[in-house]
Amino acid sequence: MNPQLSRRRFIKAVIASSVAAASNSGFHSALAQDRSRGAVERLISINVNGQTRRVDVAPQETLAHTLRYKLSLTGTKIGCNRGECGACTVLIDGITNYSCSTLTHSVRTRAVKTVEGLQASDGTLHPVQQAFIDELSPQCGFCTPGQVMSAVALLSENPTPTREEARQAMSGNLCRCGAYDHYLNGVMRASGQNS
Amino acid sequence: MASFDVMPDVQLYQPVELDDALRLAEQYGDGGWVLGGGQDTYGWLKDRAKNPQAMIDLTGVEGLRGIRETEDGIEIGATTTLREIIRNERINSDYSLLAQAAGRVASPQIRNVGTLGGNLSQDARCWYYRRGLACYRAGGNLCYADGPEAMNREHAVLGASRCVAVSPSDTATAMVALEATMIVASTTGQRSVAAEDFFAGPDTHITQMTTLEPGEILTAVRIPSKWAGKRFYFEKVADRDVWDFALVSIAVAMSMDGDSIAESRFVCGGVACKPHRLRNVESAVRGKSLSDENADAVAPLASAGTKPLNYNHFKLPLMENLVRRAMRG
Repeated sequence: MNPQLSRRRFIKAVIASSVAAASNSGFHSALAQDRSRGAVERLISINVNGQTRRVDVAPQETLAHTLRYKLSLTGTKIGCNRGECGACTVLIDGITNYSCSTLTHSVRTRAVKTVEGLQASDGTLHPVQQAFIDELSPQCGFCTPGQVMSAVALLSENPTPTREEARQAMSGNLCRCGAYDHYLNGVMRASGQNS
Repeated sequence: MASFDVMPDVQLYQPVELDDALRLAEQYGDGGWVLGGGQDTYGWLKDRAKNPQAMIDLTGVEGLRGIRETEDGIEIGATTTLREIIRNERINSDYSLLAQAAGRVASPQIRNVGTLGGNLSQDARCWYYRRGLACYRAGGNLCYADGPEAMNREHAVLGASRCVAVSPSDTATAMVALEATMIVASTTGQRSVAAEDFFAGPDTHITQMTTLEPGEILTAVRIPSKWAGKRFYFEKVADRDVWDFALVSIAVAMSMDGDSIAESRFVCGGVACKPHRLRNVESAVRGKSLSDENADAVAPLASAGTKPLNYNHFKLPLMENLVRRAMRG
């Protein structure tokens, strides 16, 4: 363990929690002791799609909620809100996560990427997005943002997956229309392999 | 403070030191909720089926994460994610049983954040209990899953006592098979407990799945070198390959002496409230070789002593066939 890092985190936690004592209505956070123990503040910065966004976040708030209702990034969908469908999938430090089952406070030091952050500045779609269009992957489209994020994560780690590997990587995203094979065709096309 | 999310108002602590986490856990006791990846947390809270005062997020405590070498095997920190376990070289080469079990947990996204400690300590999946009904497990005096019309296809065939819920953890079976030791900390110190004794049945602990007391935190799991690189077999049977919990799973560790089994551990998940050791199978296979013939001979022992409920008789042949498959040559 890096002692400097640890000290920095400790100090950060102290600063964070002293704000919490002033702003949080929870009765126990008024305890002076709590400050050094990591009670969270409400006004935080999170890194979303390369931008630092200041946002007022309740302690229990989920990332899906923050993205959609505080930052207006409604590309991320909430399906089941229980981590059982995958519509809310976003990348956190490049790894797929269910944003409905992630506390916003836990991503303060990490980089979040949503489906809005994929296209290039000139509007060119991400290869996965383009391939999904070319292969007519979505049917109703509700699960598509999540499917896109899972495919993006897969291809950044494994640029030429087999169809079986793609199937495994996409297995945490349900599609109620049953367009799974079409999505797999899209993933294979995006990886430059014939679907 | 109004909440516009379906999450209830609950305080959140993100301590960076274990001592702070332990003090918070002690201070809140039953009202504290120790948080790993949170994948068995938010459902409870969103459904208002459990209502803790405060969540204590352990993922910021650096000392709780990572896979370390010990004098006798390895130690895995409690907040190490299943993803890290599945991809760890040492675990894949020496304890592939654990890597396989962890690889069959839930879905990729859940494995990406789900922690070992959380997977081991997760609560029962009985839907009557999850619904928030006042059953035995929730402190009431009734079991909704053990009645003539109860839907108990997923429930216990062994070791039930009032409550008939089963152990849902895939990694738990592997830990019992590997003779792991759980390290449990509290403000008063640290204790270690064998995996087999860490999990608790309803006869002694009806409202909990483990012997963790309020204020205690599972900090690490130690796996001895005893079973490193031995012959393993893991299989999980579930309705879907993703998300679903085991109907029956089996984790087997065997040390071979030439062609014959010198010592073995056969552990079934999904059949009892805690990982269930098939001791009669273990003693029957000692000295036997792996063959279809021997597999057929010992398989019927797997379901000895079971008491199925209305809808889960199918678990008996499942247990037998999983043993049979583990014993095939």
